[in-house]
Amino acid sequence: MCSCHSAFLFGRRAVGAACVAVGVLGAQPSPAQVTRFEGIGRTATPAEVKAWDIDVRPDFKGLPPGQGSVRRGEQVWEAQCASCHGSFGESNDVFMPLVGNTTAEDIRTGHVASLRPGANAPVRTTLMKVSQLSTLWDYINRAMPWTAPKSLPADDVYAVTAYLLSLGNVVPDDFTLSDRNIRDVQARLPNRKGTTTAHALWPGTELGGTARPDVQGAACMSRCQAEVRVASFIPEYARNAHGNLAEQSRNLGPTRGMDTAVASAGTTVKAGAAPAQMAMSHEAAGGVKASDAMPVLQKNVCVACHALDSRLVGPSFREIAARYKERADAASYLAGKIRSGGQGLWGAIPMPAQSISAADAQVAAQWLAQGARP
Amino acid sequence: MQLPILGGAIRRAPENFLGRDEIRAVQAGRRGFLGAALAVAAGAAAAQADPTPRSGGDANILTLPEHSRALGQPVAARGYGVPSVWEKNLQRRESPGLTRVSQASVSFCPLQGLIAIITPNGLHFERHHQGWWDIDPSRHRFMVNGSDERMLKRSMVFTMDELMRLPSVSRIHFIECGANTGMEWGNVAVPTVQYTHGMLSCCEFTGVPLRTILEMCGADFQRGRFVLAEGADGSSMTRTIPMSLVMSGEVLVAYGQNGEMLRPENGYPLRLVVPGVQGVSWVKYLRRIELGDMPYGTKDETVHYIDLMPDGQHRQYTSIQEVKSVVTSPSGGQMLLDKGFYNITGLAWSGRGKVRRVDVSADGGRNWQQARLETPVLSKCLTRFNADWAWDGKPALLMSRATDETGQIQPTYAELRKVRGSRSIYHNNAIQTWLVEESGEVRNVQLS
Repeated sequence: MCSCHSAFLFGRRAVGAACVAVGVLGAQPSPAQVTRFEGIGRTATPAEVKAWDIDVRPDFKGLPPGQGSVRRGEQVWEAQCASCHGSFGESNDVFMPLVGNTTAEDIRTGHVASLRPGANAPVRTTLMKVSQLSTLWDYINRAMPWTAPKSLPADDVYAVTAYLLSLGNVVPDDFTLSDRNIRDVQARLPNRKGTTTAHALWPGTELGGTARPDVQGAACMSRCQAEVRVASFIPEYARNAHGNLAEQSRNLGPTRGMDTAVASAGTTVKAGAAPAQMAMSHEAAGGVKASDAMPVLQKNVCVACHALDSRLVGPSFREIAARYKERADAASYLAGKIRSGGQGLWGAIPMPAQSISAADAQVAAQWLAQGARP
Repeated sequence: MQLPILGGAIRRAPENFLGRDEIRAVQAGRRGFLGAALAVAAGAAAAQADPTPRSGGDANILTLPEHSRALGQPVAARGYGVPSVWEKNLQRRESPGLTRVSQASVSFCPLQGLIAIITPNGLHFERHHQGWWDIDPSRHRFMVNGSDERMLKRSMVFTMDELMRLPSVSRIHFIECGANTGMEWGNVAVPTVQYTHGMLSCCEFTGVPLRTILEMCGADFQRGRFVLAEGADGSSMTRTIPMSLVMSGEVLVAYGQNGEMLRPENGYPLRLVVPGVQGVSWVKYLRRIELGDMPYGTKDETVHYIDLMPDGQHRQYTSIQEVKSVVTSPSGGQMLLDKGFYNITGLAWSGRGKVRRVDVSADGGRNWQQARLETPVLSKCLTRFNADWAWDGKPALLMSRATDETGQIQPTYAELRKVRGSRSIYHNNAIQTWLVEESGEVRNVQLS
């Protein structure tokens, strides 16, 4: 009864509101006539824009005039920055090191060598990575010091920036950084040429970039890999490093969180396990038999040029299997060759590229890699 | 405590969940698997977790519980409702040792327990750069200006009241940190899907298209090809926003999140929504938009969120979160309680559009079956997938592989590393593998 009563009340209220609305509507433009959002927003005053428009772009637009010496920067650093970053920007106790792993040669080339293949620097410092000096100035100005951001006067931002650069030998110890010479210092930044926009991860064409993604997976649905190896595990000692997982999953439904406060029951699979140890490994699954491969070879008309034992236009399947039997990646190599074709390995007659599916190529290649057994 | 076994399968505890001791009993191998003879005799029905009692019946049925025999609680006992006490295990959590201070850190969303595609607001992952605030919305201002005086007809200031008077749109999108799964580039590093993939959430966001606001300011879209977004917090986060997404109307100046205002941890009262683009660009506590004629080279565009490639070059302004998926159950750190039927379920998404299909493998990627995509399937939004699986008690390697509407297929680790090496930190969208051990334990592994 209660619900009916309240519905009645609401109904009456709604009727009343509708009457009022009709009375007002006559003087209003219809929604379609509203082209601007009258009465919403106002013009920002110059003082307001100045107060908030603090960004400094890579072309140094937005950089306020000023200057700061390395010496002054050291004073500010010790007072405001060193507790987190270390006296020489080297600290990794609180934040990542800011300075290190750059050389005079990097300043010359503009691309830090310790980022290159094989260098494997243990840490990547800010000075190793940063490609724009404007970034350092802008970020120190807007976000530092950590607990009191935006409290440094512009001259101190110049000074701190100069001190950091001096630690990396980008500027000498007696240097004074200013809005007038900052472009010259940009030209000495160790990793100024270390970035690229030649990728497909930016929506739009403003940065050049590439249209096609650089990584593409495979659509294979069956018999996709000859072997499956587990290459990486969490070590037993780290099993409980994130706390007891039993307390991090719902105690309801198909699974429970694993109680990692106790030792595991052990694993059936070791890292890098040989395929034979895996239940889902190729051998355990029986391999690719001729009865699997032959329909594929026939469907794709491979058999027009290749026979099991005798040479036709191209080598026999047994010859191919014999040549590649020692090759560890024979299956993937052959799958590629089947699709790309080739010339010269088996004589002068070329094998054209084949329009065979990746899945079928895998079946054929695996069968070959396993010896082309009947 | 004696593990109660009936008919060879685990019997559920009275509260309908297993206690710690029972879990340990299962873990220690005292699983109630059917003996072979019994399995043949009783067939599949006997493998149920809750087998038919030999006599009488289930005490949960025969003895009426208190909630069937007494008076419950009144309305509005909780002015703002909270989850059941039984759900306390699902929490945002930090990954120990990942970051050095908790104000510039991450908490991960418990994907292993989430249902369907919407992230509850209280479980949305967090990423703060200089701590979070609960800002008084009546004092929050939003400014739009240009990099020079001709970029806009006029710079403007808006209050929250004014922004909320403007026509709004609501759209469901995923948000993923560019560094999600970043710990796993080189090798397995963390145990569960919460930590491997939990910098991922999906909400219905409500707000005003940024394009509308720029048009109100009389923007010169010929010259203005880049947008800077800036936050009001200590870090005053800045990122360069892709103009193509602004012009398509996708970028929102948003205040709503799943039917309520944004949570403080997620930028209350105003944040940018940049669908398909990494979370760092969804600037929180949004205070300012600048229209400009060149990219801004912000801290998170020249020092962080740059992707180191094998040749030593950093890719700059990488933004799109590419096609990706993960099985959320069964997943790492969990344990299967018995053999038999399981629903392999997970999430798929792409920053380039809709998910077209998801394939699931239980044998480490040798063979795949197509999963069912559950509705809705929306652009730049999480899509839930499900696939039937019967576990035979032998080791299994569970994987999922998504394909998006542009035809891009999620790569294996081998395929990804072949192009991008293993030092990138960002944009790891490789196929995830979970190893189901004979013991029922599920482990995070990577295949060669």
